[in-house]
Amino acid sequence: MNSRNRLWVALTAPGVTWLVFFFVLPFYAVACVAFGSIDPIFRDAVPQWNPLNWDFAQASSVIDSILSGPLRGVVVRTVVYVLIAMACSFALGFPVAYYLARHAGKRRLLLLTLIVLPFWVNYLMRMLAWVNLLSPSGFAQRALSFFGVNYNWLDGSPVTVILGLVYGYVPFLILPLYATLERIDWRLVDAARDLGATSRQAFRLVTVPLASAGLVAAGILIALPMFGDYYTNDLLSRSPNTEMLGNQIDFYINNSSEPQNGAVLVMFLSGMLLIGLSWYLRNTARIGRERVR
Amino acid sequence: MTRKIRLLPALVWGYVVWSLLPVVIAVAFSFNDGRSRSVWQGFSFRWWFGDPYGSVFHDAAMRQSIVNSLVLAISTMVIVVPLGITLAIGAHRIRGKSSTAVQGLTSVPLVTPEIVVGAALLITFTRLLSGIPLGYPAQVLGNVTFSVASVVVIVRARLVSIGSSFEDAARDLGATRLQAVRFVLMPMLWPSIMASLVVVFATVIDDFVITSFLSAGVDSQTVPLRIYSSVRGGATPALNALATLLILTTLGALTLGLAGMSVWKKRHGEPGGLRNALADITRMGD
Repeated sequence: MNSRNRLWVALTAPGVTWLVFFFVLPFYAVACVAFGSIDPIFRDAVPQWNPLNWDFAQASSVIDSILSGPLRGVVVRTVVYVLIAMACSFALGFPVAYYLARHAGKRRLLLLTLIVLPFWVNYLMRMLAWVNLLSPSGFAQRALSFFGVNYNWLDGSPVTVILGLVYGYVPFLILPLYATLERIDWRLVDAARDLGATSRQAFRLVTVPLASAGLVAAGILIALPMFGDYYTNDLLSRSPNTEMLGNQIDFYINNSSEPQNGAVLVMFLSGMLLIGLSWYLRNTARIGRERVR
Repeated sequence: MTRKIRLLPALVWGYVVWSLLPVVIAVAFSFNDGRSRSVWQGFSFRWWFGDPYGSVFHDAAMRQSIVNSLVLAISTMVIVVPLGITLAIGAHRIRGKSSTAVQGLTSVPLVTPEIVVGAALLITFTRLLSGIPLGYPAQVLGNVTFSVASVVVIVRARLVSIGSSFEDAARDLGATRLQAVRFVLMPMLWPSIMASLVVVFATVIDDFVITSFLSAGVDSQTVPLRIYSSVRGGATPALNALATLLILTTLGALTLGLAGMSVWKKRHGEPGGLRNALADITRMGD
């Protein structure tokens, strides 16, 4: 057994070593900064490399701020924005993926190509496009004011930020949704219809359960980057009124003299997502077991 | 039913237009004659090469950002693809307890937001491994770390579809395990290697978060960083031209990769053609 494994272990060694050094170790470094101390004179963070001497004072004050202080608004806003953007993305993305998988026919290849295209266009370029359109002299702004809508889109508008998130991430949702729906055996839906289900019932009782695992996985695929997003906000709003968790991390790590707070927030964000993910994994494992039964 | 069917195509085509038209307009504005990025003032190549100072081809900082982007993408590609292939093969075959550990280690980066990796690496490179300077070296290390998992995913999908029968046959004919991997398995991995090259090139050249966290000022500014820092300023349509160049580069790499995969598959008796190549590319999202 051991001699058989030797080659495979040797093959994984470079990659594993790399990930240990540049992926696992950095998390330790984040913890050491988050639970380190602050230089009394220069106010810079001093990492504490020995876990036995970790000091949780600063971390708990940040957590307090999240639970009942100024950071609470940011966290709540992040969750609300992401949830609304996810709901809009599904409302838009599911019908598109459904049509593509079931009714596109001869046009499928063309449609698929057009839908994959945004993948290969830089995210920032796609935001740049909207900044141009929504600026006071832009096409979209002028078209809207023609209909009497005068709105300051680019200065702290939650609507713009959420629309930006939807525009940015919905292509990444459609593709895995399409992959899921394409694998469904549609004869099951036909069978349900033959047995007297209305098309709505067949959709609710057959299509959705068949696609549910893929739906959730696709949702996670776009929820993760949305939770860590700060550039959409920076480009489309730049206002403290729409700040999300990612903006706070960016601010504390890159532009402030308190990187310790940034490190705590990085741990908080990873922890929050980790809890969400393990809940998902537990659920899928349970569903898998029930299916087998 | 018929009403629903008619409504659905309208929604789908509406979506396609909505998702692409803004970008098309932004590309069109790179040919604007005036300084505005939102009011059309006539067609010209002014911001591409006409303007002796402000056009993409004459602005030294923009040219530098293009070079930086290409160098970063190519260096990352060269390191990450071999690293990812060996890791994928090993992780696919390894048995026992180490299997779970390796699987875990290669899948966690896939579900970690980029900002977390970027911030963690910045802290590491400034406080722990301070021998690694920020800028190009740190940016390469960061991008390799973030993209190695996607190479593993692509290569592993191919390994699953190949199965183990070819290697078993080679072993029966007297090849050592290593020879079987080197002379039988590796050549069959070509399509996934090409796919990895394309995907890594495109992700790295478009990457913003990690590259930005690990940058060290103007010298290591890439095209996305340049776009980010000037979108909300009074930038000229040269910015649109720069962004358009980025799209053209990515699409060029994609076309090359698709053509390469298609030719390889046809030559080796596998179903080739655009449809299958496209299916390969779309499956990468999984």
